[in-house]
Amino acid sequence: MQIDAKGLSYKELNRKLKELVSKEDALEIDVLNVNGHRYIGTGLENSKGIIRLHGVPGNDLAAFMNGGSIFVYGNAGDGVGNTMNAGLVVIHGDARDVVGYSMRGGKIFIKGNVGYRAGIHMKAYKNRFPSIVVGGRAEDFLGEYMAGGIIVVLNSNNEKNPVGKFTATGIHGGTIFVRGKISEEHLGIGAQIGTPNEEEINLLNNLISEYFSYFQVNENLDSLEFTKIHPKSHRPFAKLYVLE
Amino acid sequence: MSKVIDGCGISGIMSTKKKLIPGCEIVTSIDSMNFRYNGLGGGFAGYGIYPDYKDYYAFHLNFEDREAKTKAENFLYEQLRVIDDEPIPVRKSELIDDTKSISWRYFVSPPKDIENADDYIVKVVMHINENIPGAYVFSSGKNMGVFKAVGYPKAVADYFRIEDYSAYIWIAHGRYPTNTPGWWGGAHPFNILDWSVVHNGELSSYGTNKNFLEMWGYKCTLLTDTEVLAYLFDLLVRRHKIPVELACNVITPMFWSEINSDNSPRGKALKALRMTYGGAIVNGPFSIIVATNRFMFGLTDRIKLRPLIAARKDDFFYIASEECAIRSVCENPDIVWAPRGGEQVIAYVKEVT
Amino acid sequence: MFPPQFSVVIDSDKCEKCKRCTINCSFEALSYDDREDRIVSDDRKCVACLRCASKCPKGAITIKKNEITFSPHPTWTPEIRLDIMKQAETGGMIIAGCGNDLDYPCLFDRIVIDACQVTNPSIDPLREPIEVSTFLGKKPKQLKIGDDFSLETEIAPNIMIDTPIVIGHISYGAISLNAHKALAMAARKAGTLMGSGEGGLHPDLYEFGDHIIVQVASGRFGVHSTYLEVGAAIEIKIGQGAKPGIGGHLPGEKVTEDIAETRMIPVHTDALSPAPHHDIYSIEDLSQLIYALKEETDYMKPVFVKIAAVHNSAAIASGIARAGADAITIDGFRGGTGAAPKIVRNHLGIPIEIAIASVDKRLRDEGIRNEVSLIASGSIRSAADVVKAIALGADAVAIVTPALIAMGCTVCQQCYRGVCAWGICTTRQDLARRLNPEVASRKVYNLISAWTMELKEVLGALGMNAIESLRYNRERLRGVGIDQKTLEILGIKAAGE
Repeated sequence: MQIDAKGLSYKELNRKLKELVSKEDALEIDVLNVNGHRYIGTGLENSKGIIRLHGVPGNDLAAFMNGGSIFVYGNAGDGVGNTMNAGLVVIHGDARDVVGYSMRGGKIFIKGNVGYRAGIHMKAYKNRFPSIVVGGRAEDFLGEYMAGGIIVVLNSNNEKNPVGKFTATGIHGGTIFVRGKISEEHLGIGAQIGTPNEEEINLLNNLISEYFSYFQVNENLDSLEFTKIHPKSHRPFAKLYVLE
Repeated sequence: MSKVIDGCGISGIMSTKKKLIPGCEIVTSIDSMNFRYNGLGGGFAGYGIYPDYKDYYAFHLNFEDREAKTKAENFLYEQLRVIDDEPIPVRKSELIDDTKSISWRYFVSPPKDIENADDYIVKVVMHINENIPGAYVFSSGKNMGVFKAVGYPKAVADYFRIEDYSAYIWIAHGRYPTNTPGWWGGAHPFNILDWSVVHNGELSSYGTNKNFLEMWGYKCTLLTDTEVLAYLFDLLVRRHKIPVELACNVITPMFWSEINSDNSPRGKALKALRMTYGGAIVNGPFSIIVATNRFMFGLTDRIKLRPLIAARKDDFFYIASEECAIRSVCENPDIVWAPRGGEQVIAYVKEVT
Repeated sequence: MFPPQFSVVIDSDKCEKCKRCTINCSFEALSYDDREDRIVSDDRKCVACLRCASKCPKGAITIKKNEITFSPHPTWTPEIRLDIMKQAETGGMIIAGCGNDLDYPCLFDRIVIDACQVTNPSIDPLREPIEVSTFLGKKPKQLKIGDDFSLETEIAPNIMIDTPIVIGHISYGAISLNAHKALAMAARKAGTLMGSGEGGLHPDLYEFGDHIIVQVASGRFGVHSTYLEVGAAIEIKIGQGAKPGIGGHLPGEKVTEDIAETRMIPVHTDALSPAPHHDIYSIEDLSQLIYALKEETDYMKPVFVKIAAVHNSAAIASGIARAGADAITIDGFRGGTGAAPKIVRNHLGIPIEIAIASVDKRLRDEGIRNEVSLIASGSIRSAADVVKAIALGADAVAIVTPALIAMGCTVCQQCYRGVCAWGICTTRQDLARRLNPEVASRKVYNLISAWTMELKEVLGALGMNAIESLRYNRERLRGVGIDQKTLEILGIKAAGE
């Protein structure tokens, strides 16, 4: 199934996609000439739908997504997986700012880098558990206000600073794993450094295997030594307030 | 009228080797982000568009009516040597309401005995904007011009016949203001001499910047916060001769924790700059593209609240709010990246010797 | 003759007769009557300092405003009547402490602050960086930067403070050494400055020198080379808001041996500072003193000048800036004092809101705003006042009364008597001992810390992450119920505009 997005507004493209995806039980669609089209995959429900985007989608890809898979062959824009609930997003390129804002479930795999505020306010509850895996590095405010879920930063290019400043500022749940060494200077308020335990290492290995399956990356990332970043407490700001 | 607030989209295309880029390219680029605008403003600045008059200041003026035009021209003829003047060619359209906008251009020079021509021109511009009601200078640089109006960027481009011009640097803007006075002066780019700025965001420091600039003789009359950016760069770079890279550090300073841990001469300069030019710090979410005859650069606020993407292909340099604006005119850039918050991305014109 | 203002009511059911209240009352209002086996109070001596009530283990003490009702009359208020009675009795000028207690409108309470929504995001101060560091001192008009990005302009000495809240001047003598020390310790911990006041500096405070502005007032008490070298900055006190045009006044009761030594005057004389500096009769004389001090300290310390807010503050400030001062402190008419003639305290001077706005505007109009830092003081009561003062044009604010309240002061306004039950405004050793400097300094530090957090909270709401963007940003303030002329002078619009 193929759609040519050239000349289509995002509204027209998304309507077409929704129509197709809702009709069939299992479906694979290739969309060509994607260039800046926003909101693709928004509210997508069909868990068996697979959409492949060729080009550069615009903002809010997979926003409120609720099932299905989206593969992007190019860079993405801001807001990938905004308030995503379930489903899979795989990006063969970079993503920009605010990936997975308020993400509540589902998985996002990014081959390249992510921008600012990735994973901001991710949440988890019982079996609802979101994950983000970044192949390159992340900028400032990674995992800000994080309340649950997992973020993994692989730093495949072995850059000096795999994450930026104010990482995990305000974190009160969830965990971040960064391949390589992180210092206190990278951290924001309420975050602390630790070592992954056995359960966490298993989870990491599973996610990394899945990451490799999508990107057919053969090289073994030498030394899979991860630094764990997690909350100091679940009420990091309790002491700041006094009642009238 | 009170200050107007903006959302928007911006784009810039440059040939570092001064190859002339046809106007339709920048129009395609800015139009590709059409969903970012609400049709209440659009504009373009092109550099290298008046090769025959390249040694004269090209004044683009906007008049509300004939009376304002007469008053302004009397003043211009008094203060400057006017070599040539003519209406800016337009293509009338339903989409652009120009009943209160007469667009005219003048190629001028200051009187022969003036020592600092640029300072003199700035004074003339400030006088017109502040004291001649209904007359506004939209641009005052050499071999460049600003074309802007109320309307979607494509409609504005059609009106001003942007397709008839070629420039080695183009910047463009599409606007999304939340209240509209329906006047063209509030659209971007904002300009003084050959400094042009397009801006996406809102400056929470506008009151401070305006008050600071007034100390130096700049009057903010166009009711839009972006105006301060053009004047700030003119002040810092042209008048105070601060290198443009450091001027960006004045506008978006590094955090004290970073400045204080840098003991190099550059670190000391950064500390002194931040101490001295507190009134020039620009706060609030923003991404901007700034152009002059010699360079084009992009800059975002230091906690990156607005998007900006940069790209290069051969000797072309692109900056835009979203990647699609670049890919619409350049299918396969050599490299595409998102600059970091508060860090300038700049390309200079390579002068052919 | 004068009906007592307050009455001390002791609940006999709760009272255990531990007599702690009688020991604690330094105003001699409470005593233990042997025969009747109860605590008795001489209500005429009670000043409602609340020490007894706070120290009573059973909470048995209530302080009530005396219910004797003067026959009401709007013109002849009880206060006016009492003042007249006092003067009839003594033939003297009425002296009062603390700040203006008349009902002039408080402009801070009529100014509201903008907030960002939709078109500009607010910034979260808890998780994202908001910078409030401030430099006090003279900045150059412009900088010369070399080709290799090196700095070629010499910059006058500046002091960096971590918060724009400074502890203002209050003298050793007006307050006890323990209290003075507590303020210095708090200033150091908070990364800010404290004013020495005009009583000189006790050697015990020299170690805090980097956080002290040493004051040179008209009486020149305690001014010698070490004093000048020890401080981070020097301030010439021309006036203070509570008593414009009048010098400092420390009643003889408070001049103990230690004070006498620090100030170099005889024990128990009144320490009166002359009205003007007798070497400053005109603006060029001020310039002379400024440079004399700079020469003395090899131009290594900024020299500040403090003036009271009066009608022509803007012109005076302009003159002071051109005279070479590095910072100007402007003290509004609600400023506090240990002792001042009541008529001066209540009727002279202008509000700090007006003064800061007009001084800032004048300096900007003249293009010299960068040449000086402006410090606003005079009843800055909360972090909200701090925000508004900065938006009106101040670089920083100085607070004293809030710091004293943090240490335990209940504003009973009897400072000039030297028998402060809390051990703050007294030099009597037995009373001063009641204040533990460590504990007191922690409380003052807490206060500054809490206000700084609130300041960041508001900056975040304004969408700013650097305090420089609030300075003279009148655009973010609006007035509610302020007349047009005052709005113009403040340089702010009315709410709704």
